[in-house]
Amino acid sequence: MSTVIKGARILGEQVADLLIEDGVITQIGSGLAGDESIDATDLIALPGLVDLHTHLREPGREDAETVLTGTRAAARGGFTCVFAMANTEPVADTAGVVEQVWRLGREHGYADVQPIGAVTVGLAGERLSELGAMADSAARVRVFSDDGKCVSDAVLMRRALEYVKAFDGVIAQHAQEPRLTEGAQMNEGPLSGELGLTGWPAVAEEAIIARDVLLAEHVGSRLHVCHLSTRGSVEIVRWAKSRGIDVTAEVTPHHLLLDDELVRSYDPIYKVNPPLRSKDDVLAVREGLADGTIDIVATDHAPHPMEDKECEWQAAAFGMLGLETALSIVQKTMVDTGALTWARVAEVMSATPARIGRVAHHGRPLAVGEPAHIVLYDPTATRVVEPSDTASLSRNTPYAGMELPGRVVATFLAGRPTVLEGRLVEGPTQ
Amino acid sequence: MKHLLSAADLTREDAITILDTAEELLGVAKRPIKKLPTLRGRTIVNLFFEDSTRTRISFEAAAKRLSADVINFSAKGSSVSKGESLKDTALTLQAMGADAVVIRHHASGAPHRLAHSRWTRGAVVNAGDGTHEHPTQALLDAFTMRSRLGDLAGKNVTIVGDVLHSRVARSNALLLDTLGAEVTLVAPPTLLPVGVESWPVRTSYDLDAEVEKSDAVMMLRVQRERMNASFFPSAREYSRRYGLDLARMNRLPDHAIVMHPGPMNRGMEINADVADSDRSVIVEQVTNGVAVRMAVLYLLLGGATEEETA
Repeated sequence: MSTVIKGARILGEQVADLLIEDGVITQIGSGLAGDESIDATDLIALPGLVDLHTHLREPGREDAETVLTGTRAAARGGFTCVFAMANTEPVADTAGVVEQVWRLGREHGYADVQPIGAVTVGLAGERLSELGAMADSAARVRVFSDDGKCVSDAVLMRRALEYVKAFDGVIAQHAQEPRLTEGAQMNEGPLSGELGLTGWPAVAEEAIIARDVLLAEHVGSRLHVCHLSTRGSVEIVRWAKSRGIDVTAEVTPHHLLLDDELVRSYDPIYKVNPPLRSKDDVLAVREGLADGTIDIVATDHAPHPMEDKECEWQAAAFGMLGLETALSIVQKTMVDTGALTWARVAEVMSATPARIGRVAHHGRPLAVGEPAHIVLYDPTATRVVEPSDTASLSRNTPYAGMELPGRVVATFLAGRPTVLEGRLVEGPTQ
Repeated sequence: MKHLLSAADLTREDAITILDTAEELLGVAKRPIKKLPTLRGRTIVNLFFEDSTRTRISFEAAAKRLSADVINFSAKGSSVSKGESLKDTALTLQAMGADAVVIRHHASGAPHRLAHSRWTRGAVVNAGDGTHEHPTQALLDAFTMRSRLGDLAGKNVTIVGDVLHSRVARSNALLLDTLGAEVTLVAPPTLLPVGVESWPVRTSYDLDAEVEKSDAVMMLRVQRERMNASFFPSAREYSRRYGLDLARMNRLPDHAIVMHPGPMNRGMEINADVADSDRSVIVEQVTNGVAVRMAVLYLLLGGATEEETA
């Protein structure tokens, strides 16, 4: 069985047909034919997107999201591979839990799920999880993170960085100095003082990043910085890279678009960790992404049930949805502003996250002989975000009512469509 | 004005109207029968998620003197202590027909959330939210200062203490600026919020340098828990540097007044003799609180109901 995608603009550039056979791109050219034909006139073809930072909530919080619903949301967003964060209940700190999550992804068939292992047992920051066992498991874990919590103990962080060298792993750090952020609710600045909300100062992020890049240099390890959010963080990573330190960094779509003025509403839909920062920080992370200081965009998709958001700010959970809007926000903030080409978007949302996570069969170029993980995207479409129009179990999108550019028309996971004509394909594995 | 959430919501005209109305209503308290029929048949809920007997009874007295029906809802011992959300509590009160909700909450922004949700249709009055604002306190302070010092334009008001965690300081800074007063916040640097330079105030770390030019000195309560969090080295050092003792009080101009929103830590931010001196208007603040809250409720609810005007 073969499928031909007709007339897509490859990486937004030249128009070509793509022939897919048995999950592989077998020909790129013009006038190609196959058993099935998909008209991709005026659509951009990108490699299937890879999200290095997704919260799928299963096991433990199946009321917020499951592997099935989260990967369906991923497919609608153009993702073919998502890295599932470890802060589930139980925590993904053993081979058993990571294999369970990995298998669920394979069974459902909407996106490959690559589990992230916890650095420390129970995310408690006290002793290392069995990192090697997770690396050796069927899930082949290479990314380790206590995301949601910072590995703040300097010795533990050093040991983790060293230990994962044995299997080419990386520590993805949630950079947040815990003592400087006790009770923190929003970005610390004039607005936190005015609103009477406890501040989350930029220095609490920057101090950890500065320490960690120096540790990574000292022990010769690979460090990944999760959801970097401040101008100072961009400058530290830029400096570290100039010294040849092996550090990569991610920014979320919401930190590319939204700023802390939104907190004025006291609506916890805007409550997220790290917090929305100042307009100047937003500009800085855009610049950092454009010049390559920041390597990737990762969603930090964080589903929460409505009752955890329909409450007073202080009582609300941190986090916002991101999978289904990520590409649109990158278009709005980076492509439509001329800061990134679509080819660069393919790097920051597919090739590089796959490389950081050491997933060999994702993030590959659209070329003959490569796996057919493909997203077809209409950059001329616009839509107004409606929270109920989601495949996620949760509704906590900060973009409700906002007009965003672009629409994912089709997503292919190893040649099989998971989304066609903008709609999820039911039972894609059948 | 539909709600009173922040002192920043008030224009100069609004504020003057409230103060003038309060002055008229203050007369009611001096009558043998302290009651007006203005809000007869209206229901006001005192929704207190945080203990504050003083503020609650002040609002309760204000509502009752206007003949409103008052429902007191305190979180302790209610369904809230069993985990009921703000939303469900609000929906319950709405179902009971609350015309106004006076809310005191430990979370900054909770009144704002209540007013801008669809959970309640009534007017929302902020009776103190977290470390954000306490606008009726600022109004009663302004009322007290105006009655003692006259028009507030150009008057120097010095607010001393834990500004970082003080809703009283935030609301006072905003309202006093609106009324034309010059506000100076005095605190150790650890107890001034980041970004205070964007507030319409002066700041100082040195109380002694500010005393002689003050027309009013407002001492803020220092919470016990701050003492163990390294905001300052010890209670004694705080008291020496930022407390109002007799020596400092005696350097105030003759007409100057001493204020405190209560409850006081005698011996900490304010010396007992200062608190009980002739300059102290602390008890007057309490009396004025009822009149100012009557004025706020009257102006928010006094007109025709929404149904009648619709």
